[in-house]
Amino acid sequence: MSTVVSSPGTRPSRGPITDLLTGGGPVRRALWLAIAALVLFSLVRAISGEEALTSSSTMAAALLLAVPIGLAALGGLFSERAGVVNIGLEGMMILGTWGAGYAGYQWGWAAALIGGVLFGALGGLLHAVATVTFGVDHVVSGVAINILAAGVARFLSELLYTDNPAGGGVTQSPALSSGPPELSIPVLSSGPDLLGDLERQHWFLISDVAGVLRGFTSGVGVLTILAVLLVPASYLLLWRTAFGLRLRSCGENPAAADSLGVAVYRMKYIAVIISGALAGMGGVFLVFIAGIYRENQTNGRGFIGLAALIFGNWRPGGLAAGAGLFGFADALQLRSRTAVVALLLLVAVLLAGVAIWQAVRRHLVQAILAGGFAALSLTCYLLIDELPPGIVSFTPHLTTLLVLSLASQRLRMPQADGLVYRRGEH
Amino acid sequence: MTVLRRIGLALFAPVLAVVVALVISSAVMAALQVNPLQVFEVMLDFGDTPAQQVTAIVVIVNRAIPLFLAGLAVAVAFRMGLFNIGVEGQYRLATIVAAAVGAAVALPGPLHILLIVVVAVVVAALWAGIVAVLKVTRGVSEVISSIMLNFIALGLASYLLTGPFRGSAEGASIISTAEIPESGQLGGLNAIFGAIGLANPPRQLYGFLPIAIVVGIFIAVLLNRTRFGYDLRVSGLSPSAASASGVDARGMVVKTMLLSGAVAGLIGLPDLLGSTHSYTTDFTAGLGFLGIAVALLGRNRPVGIAFAALLFGFLDRSLVPLQIADFPASVVTIIQGTIVLAVVVANEIARRVTLRSAERGSAQVAPPVAGDGGSGATQTPAGPAGPAGDTDQRQGVQA
Repeated sequence: MSTVVSSPGTRPSRGPITDLLTGGGPVRRALWLAIAALVLFSLVRAISGEEALTSSSTMAAALLLAVPIGLAALGGLFSERAGVVNIGLEGMMILGTWGAGYAGYQWGWAAALIGGVLFGALGGLLHAVATVTFGVDHVVSGVAINILAAGVARFLSELLYTDNPAGGGVTQSPALSSGPPELSIPVLSSGPDLLGDLERQHWFLISDVAGVLRGFTSGVGVLTILAVLLVPASYLLLWRTAFGLRLRSCGENPAAADSLGVAVYRMKYIAVIISGALAGMGGVFLVFIAGIYRENQTNGRGFIGLAALIFGNWRPGGLAAGAGLFGFADALQLRSRTAVVALLLLVAVLLAGVAIWQAVRRHLVQAILAGGFAALSLTCYLLIDELPPGIVSFTPHLTTLLVLSLASQRLRMPQADGLVYRRGEH
Repeated sequence: MTVLRRIGLALFAPVLAVVVALVISSAVMAALQVNPLQVFEVMLDFGDTPAQQVTAIVVIVNRAIPLFLAGLAVAVAFRMGLFNIGVEGQYRLATIVAAAVGAAVALPGPLHILLIVVVAVVVAALWAGIVAVLKVTRGVSEVISSIMLNFIALGLASYLLTGPFRGSAEGASIISTAEIPESGQLGGLNAIFGAIGLANPPRQLYGFLPIAIVVGIFIAVLLNRTRFGYDLRVSGLSPSAASASGVDARGMVVKTMLLSGAVAGLIGLPDLLGSTHSYTTDFTAGLGFLGIAVALLGRNRPVGIAFAALLFGFLDRSLVPLQIADFPASVVTIIQGTIVLAVVVANEIARRVTLRSAERGSAQVAPPVAGDGGSGATQTPAGPAGPAGDTDQRQGVQA
């Protein structure tokens, strides 16, 4: 929390340039990072000629792939901020996909949303009963929910879909009876499509910005907008309201919160149920993309959401960045296998930067290591034309792992996260 | 507390859990108009002839062996407070590399098998070692890195299978590595059945069974009877106490993950050496995740894990009969999930019952009874805090 209130005034000035770059709190730093990333990507795109790196279609796909992970991560945020570790996100997401499929094929997309959220929330309720009321180890309960959810979804499909006149079968539901509406910004992204024109010029930086903007504004689903808005909304709810303060206090020091009159058990229940509902919403989103419920649609996204949460230091902005990074890498590998090779060039440039930075700071070992890896990835970029599909498929996971191991690890989880709280035993 | 009572309490939790799980799954089935009694009847029906019955037992044990190893791999890390979700990727990658190496070389019998085992163990240990190194040097949470490495391992395995290690013909429906020659195959143990006077079933009992038992005993001894095991358990219970008493926390993370990975490397071998003899696209998957459940069910103890693996093996066997009898086979998965949940809830209830009765017991007979050394609750005249704290600690080890 200290990062939010840190003001530049409390630190001695380190020169105008340093202040401009690092002062102004996390928002300005994030902005600089985003600009730097954009310039870097434009550069790599211009050199490698891989238009897919910043094209609007890649960006749109990235957004589409990031949203379910971001929703799962948001779900994790609520639960873990209240001190309940939620490995069961995956299972709650599976329940969400099933609920969305079941309600969606009968009553359309709005019902699918409600159905998925309700089913996810049920999973959350089960987790809350196990962890809060019975004091079961959080990881254990989460693992059990993952197994259980897969079984329940299969079981219900077997019962309800196998002889269903509307279609469907053991592993899938009938198709949704209606899809959610999509929105585009008029003039800029649809109709005259000014951004699209700009993007097709392939100018350095300008076309890249246009591509990114167009990807985020053209044909965006209603649920995507809702999901993106949920990130600042969660921040406001958790960090700017009394409810949020109480919820977080349960994750930091439940005994103290209890002594101050916070109903710890009830707060934890609410948090974990919200968590399940959000994870379920992530599942609904997947069903919307496919227009149908299919078994194994989540494909481990609940786990990746958990990773995005930890990546983002248990904060809404951070987890959104984590989900975005993952979504982008995933979109890139789906759209173009050659563009993934261009990522190697990007890594080379980044590592060369790290090497110079470390050399300036006289950390010679690190500098040489980074330089060596930079050279290695540059040679790989020059030698490899296209990677085989098996290798490309894990680009997003490898990217996440690399970023995590390169970034400094100043992560701090909620202090009482994962600890079982029993009233009067502390 | 008498010995009888203590045994009763130890058995109370698992029995209660199984009963609760059966009741819940019956309720779910009944609510959806499936007769639970008929389902259980199918599950318990091992066939009419002796040969069929022995076959059923062989199927259960064959399935239980990899589950036992998977549970063991997860449990080793769990005991130190590390969560190795990466077992799935570790064993899949290890199995495909071991299968390819095994098919590529020609050695005399035992050596060939030994080589395959060693390759699998080393590959999985190294893969798990990445997690440990990232955690120790860069502070990356083992949960994230092992999840990511799972996906990477599966991608690598699919690349290796379709690319360099491909042994099947171009148009074959199932892609597989080349078959391991006769010298690298592990024969069955069916001679045992003849020796104890049972019918000889058509299916072979995996020859990996004794190896798995030896590994289980080895891990049990290592954890409970050695300095390393003590350090490992202390690190899991209280990292600060461990480092204060001179345990090298970073070294322990690396060693534990290597050990956990090494055991994980064995998971695919019973199937590989005993029946498939090659790694295929449809090689047994999901054992790593089931291993987590088995480890939890067995409370991270080798003996408990063995029973849990047998229980899961029994449940998995009924998949096919249930399908034949036209029942939804996913009932099995529901029962598995419910059992895990019920077991932990029951453990928690049992813990509280023990706590309460220990408190009551020591309050009633507090000062005059000198400890006779035979029973847990009365031997500490220190009042309620003593036995309660003691129980707490023991539960901590088990948790």
